[in-house]
Amino acid sequence: MYKIKAKRLLAPSIYLMDVEAPRVAKSANPGQFVIVKMDEKGERIPLTICDYDKTAGTVTIVFQTVGCSTNKMSLLKEGDYFSDFVGPLGQPSEFIEEDIEALKQKKIMFVAGGVGAAPVYPQVKWLYEHGIAADAIVGCKSEDYLLLEKEMKLVTGNLYIATDDGSYGYKGLVTDLLKDLIEKEGKKYDVVVAIGPMIMMKFITQLTKQYGIKTIVSMNPVMVDGTGMCGGCRLTVGEETRFACVDGPEFDGHLVDFDEAMRRSTQYKSQEGRAEIERQEKVTGHVCNLGLGENNEWN
Amino acid sequence: METKKRVPVKEQAPEIRRSNFDEVCLGYSESEAVAEAERCLHCKKPLCVTQCPVSINIPEFIEHVKNREFEEAARVIAKSSSLPAVCGRVCPQESQCEELCVLGKKGDAVAIGKLERFVADWSRENNIDLSQTLPKNGRKVAVIGAGPSGLSCAGDLAKLGYDVTIFEALHKAGGVLVYGIPEFRLPKDKVVQHEVDNVKALGVKIETNVIIGRTVTLEELMHQEGFEAVFIGSGAGLPMFMNIPGENSNGVFSANEFLTRNNLMKAFKEGYDTPIRAGKKVAVVGGGNVAMDAARTALRLGAEVHIVYRRSQAELPARAEEVHHAIEEGIIFDLLCNPVEILADEKGWVKGIKCIRMELGEPDASGRRRPVEIPGSEFVIDVDTVIMSLGTSPNPLISSTTPGLESNKKGCLIAAEETGRTSLDGVFAGGDAVTGAATVILAMGAGKKAARAIDEYLKK
Ligand SMILES: Cc1cc2nc3c(=O)[nH]c(=O)nc-3n(C[C@H](O)[C@H](O)[C@H](O)COP(=O)(O)OP(=O)(O)OC[C@H]3O[C@@H](n4cnc5c(N)ncnc54)[C@H](O)[C@@H]3O)c2cc1C
Ligand SMILES: Cc1cc2nc3c(=O)[nH]c(=O)nc-3n(C[C@H](O)[C@H](O)[C@H](O)COP(=O)(O)OP(=O)(O)OC[C@H]3O[C@@H](n4cnc5c(N)ncnc54)[C@H](O)[C@@H]3O)c2cc1C
Ligand code: SF4
Ligand code: SF4
Ligand code: FES
Repeated sequence: MYKIKAKRLLAPSIYLMDVEAPRVAKSANPGQFVIVKMDEKGERIPLTICDYDKTAGTVTIVFQTVGCSTNKMSLLKEGDYFSDFVGPLGQPSEFIEEDIEALKQKKIMFVAGGVGAAPVYPQVKWLYEHGIAADAIVGCKSEDYLLLEKEMKLVTGNLYIATDDGSYGYKGLVTDLLKDLIEKEGKKYDVVVAIGPMIMMKFITQLTKQYGIKTIVSMNPVMVDGTGMCGGCRLTVGEETRFACVDGPEFDGHLVDFDEAMRRSTQYKSQEGRAEIERQEKVTGHVCNLGLGENNEWN
Repeated sequence: METKKRVPVKEQAPEIRRSNFDEVCLGYSESEAVAEAERCLHCKKPLCVTQCPVSINIPEFIEHVKNREFEEAARVIAKSSSLPAVCGRVCPQESQCEELCVLGKKGDAVAIGKLERFVADWSRENNIDLSQTLPKNGRKVAVIGAGPSGLSCAGDLAKLGYDVTIFEALHKAGGVLVYGIPEFRLPKDKVVQHEVDNVKALGVKIETNVIIGRTVTLEELMHQEGFEAVFIGSGAGLPMFMNIPGENSNGVFSANEFLTRNNLMKAFKEGYDTPIRAGKKVAVVGGGNVAMDAARTALRLGAEVHIVYRRSQAELPARAEEVHHAIEEGIIFDLLCNPVEILADEKGWVKGIKCIRMELGEPDASGRRRPVEIPGSEFVIDVDTVIMSLGTSPNPLISSTTPGLESNKKGCLIAAEETGRTSLDGVFAGGDAVTGAATVILAMGAGKKAARAIDEYLKK
């Protein structure tokens, strides 16, 4: 059992939890993820590691309620437990293996969409702790949905905010902002790291391709085991089939077949939807009635 | 002639069982078991025992059954096997212990597996405590993977007094027994969990949710956590695909994914959150046990199921009993067909599988006649789901994170057959991780041999 040591509402329908999992915390690196399971009957839910404290033995997750499992999870309180919490899974971000001096020469831009700000944070923080100030763009619906702004400010070189409705920062999409930075402000980047909904990552890679900027994306296909056993998370990357859970989750964005990935991520949608409706009919006022499908921004 | 025929075992009728997940085979009653036991000749040189990878003293336990001494029978089996209720159900007995039974020459071999199952079930129902261990010696051994090989290695070491911890990647212990083999062949709560609990009763600790190579490395176990020896029983869980066009369409799953959703995550049961998609018409590609299990699971979820296999029925690698059950239940066998492409509709969902007809040519290295394509014979089977069941290989996670641990081209760990010794001092391995996908009983046999070798290694 894995205890929830702290829980915070970061934005409407977006929650942060610190979970006690000393073995995971000890081995965690930026770019990796965990799989959590609430109880005996729960699904295995992959979530990116958003922070970790090796001395306290805790791992931070941030999730958005999109469907049944994430909604049920949002009802857990401080002091409650996850029955299962396994990780760290996947490969760490490439840069942690790179030569620090070489890395210092590079201009790195992170682009986060929606809840993607959470997984971007540990990467930017890691770089900052190694003496590298990366820039970041964080995009969201409106000011209310902005995550971890204070924390991000402390560790980024330049932090740019974009909101769809212009309620805060730049009005428009992260792609437009990146374009403006490069074309109007003459910014130069050697690497872009984009994390967020697949559709956002797809458009970012299309843009960066024009400028010839290497772009890393973090893929989030439907997963079961997270250890290479089921093949459900397979993607096409540069003509090859790769398993996101063991080969990724980060890949060269210019090689990823996003259309296939987006199509594959809908495979279980109708099943879950149908099961959900049946459940709601049976138990009125059931926990999963909090806007099913509305916040499906992450995918 | 009475002695030539074995006592038949009761089964759920095919037309009923095809729509439920309850066990197909109902097992012997006491009197049936005794009657079957009476057929055994109690051979002086029992050939049956030579074919059992864990060397159960078969004539002795059967003799006890004959005398209605079921507890004694259970004790005889417990000396050699820690998972008898499992093996009695899923061992390919016809090619193991029963293959050389003398009665098999002129009639039916003794139903050794069914008798073993009877004894194990009886001992569970009567709460017989079979845990006998030597005093604890305080020395720590780690076992990676809670499948049959890991469980039997851990059980044997615990009996010898070792302080054993099993590290399991999934949230439940059992390996293929919990995620692969379906409920209707091997009940999970009743049988598998009980046998896992028996191993725990010997003092074995099981830490789930620990992936060796990710959560902690093998080196850390040995150098930081004080384990003096390690047994790797991590199985062969990596699914293979055909690499044909359309294989990433929506509705194409590996048998591993399909079975894991159904068995481990219990998607077939009310109240469990994990979804599964069986579709209306399913093609299962492959002819092994895994293919039969996937096919019969899809059938029970309401689909019309086709097995697509490139050789003929005689070459099906699945156990005869499973093929027979599958046919009885109404699985359609499209034999001598090989898929060449998966066809998808405009939204990317499977709408058919294009196959080419095959004929059998000359025997290949394995002695089986090699299937060759008949040019121009392509045709399409309309299906909305395809389940790929083409075999599995060992997961490279441990070998790639453990310097000095050698594996072969196929990704199998290299280990000595009699001891399980690997290229690293103090590290042993066995089961599917070494042999590639094989059987429960071979994995258990490897676990036992390694336990003995680890004991010798640590005593030195
Ligand atoms: C490597 C990885 C990292 C992720 N990190 C985060 C994160 O940090 N924060 C966050 O909010 N979300 C993250 N996700 C997505 C998150 O796992 C899904 O939102 C969650 O599984 C949805 O479950 P649900 O039952 O609430 O919704 P559902 O109603 O089941 O599904 C909504 C959508 O979520 C996706 N989904 C469903 N089941 C899974 C599954 N088992 N694995 C992956 N996707 C699934 C599907 O595309 C589906 O259409 C990540 C996914 C992956 C693969
Ligand atoms: C669907 C199906 C049906 C089958 N039917 C039969 C049958 O009828 N009869 C028969 O005899 N055999 C059958 N088999 C084969 C049999 O199940 C296997 O040969 C046997 O389970 C192998 O045992 P094992 O202990 O080597 O590995 P497994 O049972 O695969 O167990 C390995 C365990 O190790 C864990 N693991 C893997 N990597 C790590 C890691 N890095 N860290 C921690 N843990 C890890 C896995 O999660 C798993 O629990 C079947 C197999 C399948 C898939
Ligand atoms: S364990 Fe398997 S091979 Fe050995 S006696 Fe039992 S059924 Fe036969
Ligand atoms: S070979 Fe057959 S008859 Fe002889 S002891 Fe074994 S089971 Fe009995
Ligand atoms: S999640 Fe199962 S193989 Fe990646």
